[in-house]
Amino acid sequence: MQTNLADFIKDTPAGREADAILRSCVHCGFCTATCPTFQLLGDELDGPRGRIYLIKEMLEGQAVSQTTQLHLDRCLSCRACETTCPSGVRYHRLLEIGREVMEERVPRPLVVRATRFLLCEALPRRWIFRPAVAIGQLMRPLLPAALAEKVPLAAGGAARPWPRRAGHKRRMIALAGCVQPILTPNTNAATARVLDRLGIELIEAPAANCCGALRYHLHAQEKALDDMRQVIDAWWPDVESGRVEGFVMTASGCGEHVREYGKLLKDDPAYADKAARIAAMTRDACEVLAAEQEPLAALLRQAGADSGERVAFHSPCTLQHAQKIRGVVEALLTAAGYRLAPVADPHLCCGSAGTYSISQPVLAGQLRDNKLAAMNAASPALLVTANIGCQTHLQSGSKVPVRHWIELIDERLNVGA
Amino acid sequence: MSIESSVADRRFTVDRQALIASLRAVLPEQALLVEEEEMRPYECDGLTAYRQLPLIVALPADEAQVQAIVKVCHALKVPVVARGAATGLSGGATPHRDGVVVSLAKLKKIISVDPVSRTAVVQPGVRNLSVSEAAAPYALYYAPDPSSQIACTIGGNVAENAGGVHCLKYGLTVHNVMRVRGLTIDGEIVEFGNAALDAPGYDLLALMNGSEGLLAVITEVTVRLTPKPELAQVVIASFGDVRQAGDAVAGIIAAGIIPAGLEMMDRKAIHAVEPYVNAGYDMDAAAILLCESDGTPEEVAEEIGRMTAVLEQSGASGIRVSQDEAERLRFWAGRKAAFPAVGRMTPDYLCMDGTIPRKRLAEMLDAINRLSEKYALRCANVFHAGDGNLHPLIMYDANQPGELDRALAFGAAILELSVKFGGTITGEHGVGIEKVDVMAEQFSLAEIAAFHRLKAAFDEHGLLNPGKGVPTLARCREYTLARVGSATSPRS
Repeated sequence: MQTNLADFIKDTPAGREADAILRSCVHCGFCTATCPTFQLLGDELDGPRGRIYLIKEMLEGQAVSQTTQLHLDRCLSCRACETTCPSGVRYHRLLEIGREVMEERVPRPLVVRATRFLLCEALPRRWIFRPAVAIGQLMRPLLPAALAEKVPLAAGGAARPWPRRAGHKRRMIALAGCVQPILTPNTNAATARVLDRLGIELIEAPAANCCGALRYHLHAQEKALDDMRQVIDAWWPDVESGRVEGFVMTASGCGEHVREYGKLLKDDPAYADKAARIAAMTRDACEVLAAEQEPLAALLRQAGADSGERVAFHSPCTLQHAQKIRGVVEALLTAAGYRLAPVADPHLCCGSAGTYSISQPVLAGQLRDNKLAAMNAASPALLVTANIGCQTHLQSGSKVPVRHWIELIDERLNVGA
Repeated sequence: MSIESSVADRRFTVDRQALIASLRAVLPEQALLVEEEEMRPYECDGLTAYRQLPLIVALPADEAQVQAIVKVCHALKVPVVARGAATGLSGGATPHRDGVVVSLAKLKKIISVDPVSRTAVVQPGVRNLSVSEAAAPYALYYAPDPSSQIACTIGGNVAENAGGVHCLKYGLTVHNVMRVRGLTIDGEIVEFGNAALDAPGYDLLALMNGSEGLLAVITEVTVRLTPKPELAQVVIASFGDVRQAGDAVAGIIAAGIIPAGLEMMDRKAIHAVEPYVNAGYDMDAAAILLCESDGTPEEVAEEIGRMTAVLEQSGASGIRVSQDEAERLRFWAGRKAAFPAVGRMTPDYLCMDGTIPRKRLAEMLDAINRLSEKYALRCANVFHAGDGNLHPLIMYDANQPGELDRALAFGAAILELSVKFGGTITGEHGVGIEKVDVMAEQFSLAEIAAFHRLKAAFDEHGLLNPGKGVPTLARCREYTLARVGSATSPRS
């Protein structure tokens, strides 16, 4: 596409990157077909091609208002468009650059800034978030429905204990995370039990808190970088000593972000190398298990469990589109004897998308309900996903339990144990 | 083509404020876009070389709202440009400077799928592929499959009489549509065609297919569904020389085979798509042919055998047959993604759409290669080889002064050559704004005048998609005068 970027950005690194991305787009419109918001709203401005155009206009120096802001805000950053795009347009980077310029150009109302500040400060801090959730859940029956729905419910199975240290030679670190240990404490515990059976000791570094994705996507870049440095500081001694072989991500949203550490911290001389090293050592839990395919199969045979229980899997966007991991969880669940229910439009986002369900509640609710309808079409006994955000968002509208897939593998291994 | 003479002309005098007030009276507030900031992304379709800011963009949600818009525009003599998914490559949905763009993207209901009569009734904003998805439970599908089928919509398919790789055997859109419902410019609801195969009187249904938004605004379409074949397999043949590939196409047709698809890609196109799709195309080949057979397993086995024999005789250096459905889809995925994948090699491209008699394919490829040198622009070739429909993709850089003009001249030269070879200037993309001038190459003044009389029978004030499809007689004369004495044929 033809471009003519304005002087304010043309010769900056961001400007050059944006120009290259814009030039790679040929405006074919394939992306609109798989964009969740375009499917709901049917307006060019609410699809990737239109947003690219809005960003182009802004970077070319045209005046922008709340109109551009609204349509860029409505983007889920699900990156389904990148999966569809045959021209290889790196849409998410263009959007990040566009959103940064927009934040400078179009002021936000005070109430929005206050909400963002609260989310930025509260969510990544367990000591605030834990009591806040507890109070919210206690008050839930008394709250009006619209507000009650916002109180995150605990999801997944009851937390069973971590395995006792078995002195395995192989050791990996799981990210403790910010909201996950409070809302779905069983996820990391189940991962630890499964890996224990495979001869891998899973540990957590308590000082590694939020991966930084939360604040990064709330336009608090500096604070986000601090979060990342904190995680790196907590993990680095074990990398240096060779005590751990890698990092296991049980939330695909965090996994996507940690894998970007190298790029995000490349301009910080003190952290660039460490960040790149850690990013390279990071795997989603499903990749870790897939690499242990044979021993896992042997354990499953040993457990002799094959209930044929029907489950519906929602692959989070951060797994299928951002990390491009497709079919791996599905294969693991099938190998463990679960029957996968067909889910229509599996590429579509569930509407969770970080803090989207808070900033765009109407669209997030529509996407959630559509996703739940698609998942429940074949009446599965359980809904399964791979990311804390999707899990709690789906659970907020579902009577059918929503679990993390690793819990299902864990239970299958422990049948009869 | 100059934008001033087609969609930026000043034939219409429109009071914008009065128009907005009239539309606001009949539409919900969010159904109108009136600020420049929000209308810019609507200034072009898939043909980005031509851009024109519209006067207003309307986003109706149902037929009644479309009708209300059309009535207002008719009363105030305002141009109406219907827009579907805006994936078109001839500028059929390029806005008019004094016109309303009517986006039909929100009309996306599949009203019914009838497995007994094998038809589906859909709104114009339904995506081509989702018709087949909705019909899949009944082992049916919608046969016309433009490369953009993931995104393009049925209304636009009818307006452009869209084709696709399977049209060689199963026909173009016109052969797969039973009924079109729409609005004339005065807002009257009309229906063309019906559930029967034939009807008394002129075949106006056929006329609607390919009418490019010049005769009516489509609001509902009944499409014919086709039973899914029991089996489909595709053969990929590699050739060291494009001439051999061209001759193989003629050979297959001459042998009496009607493949379910017969497509050709040259080396540049192969190199553009392979890294994205990993279809397993031969990167060393000068050209590949994709040749599909469908039917019962026995029919397919027999036909694949005959195809393979012809391909081998024509000098194919390698032949592969898809072994399962996943592989067949992967082989096609590269072809379907070819246009945008060329976007990996170049910031901009023009996709041409001429057709020529099949036996002259090889000759045409040579001529295109010479033109490519003459205009110093790269060109990747993707052909619906079976029906002689060419899609040369001319690569250029719009940020380099003069390159767009060179690309346009290159494209015009290909189209002139297509006519000279006994072919046409468009096979399936429509004339739109892109090829409106070249119509004078194809038709005489008397024929163009007949088109105008037909248009006037539907739309006497010329409000529906002005500047597209059919050139004015004055422009035909200008075109002819400009061409006199300037032989553009590269024939050596």
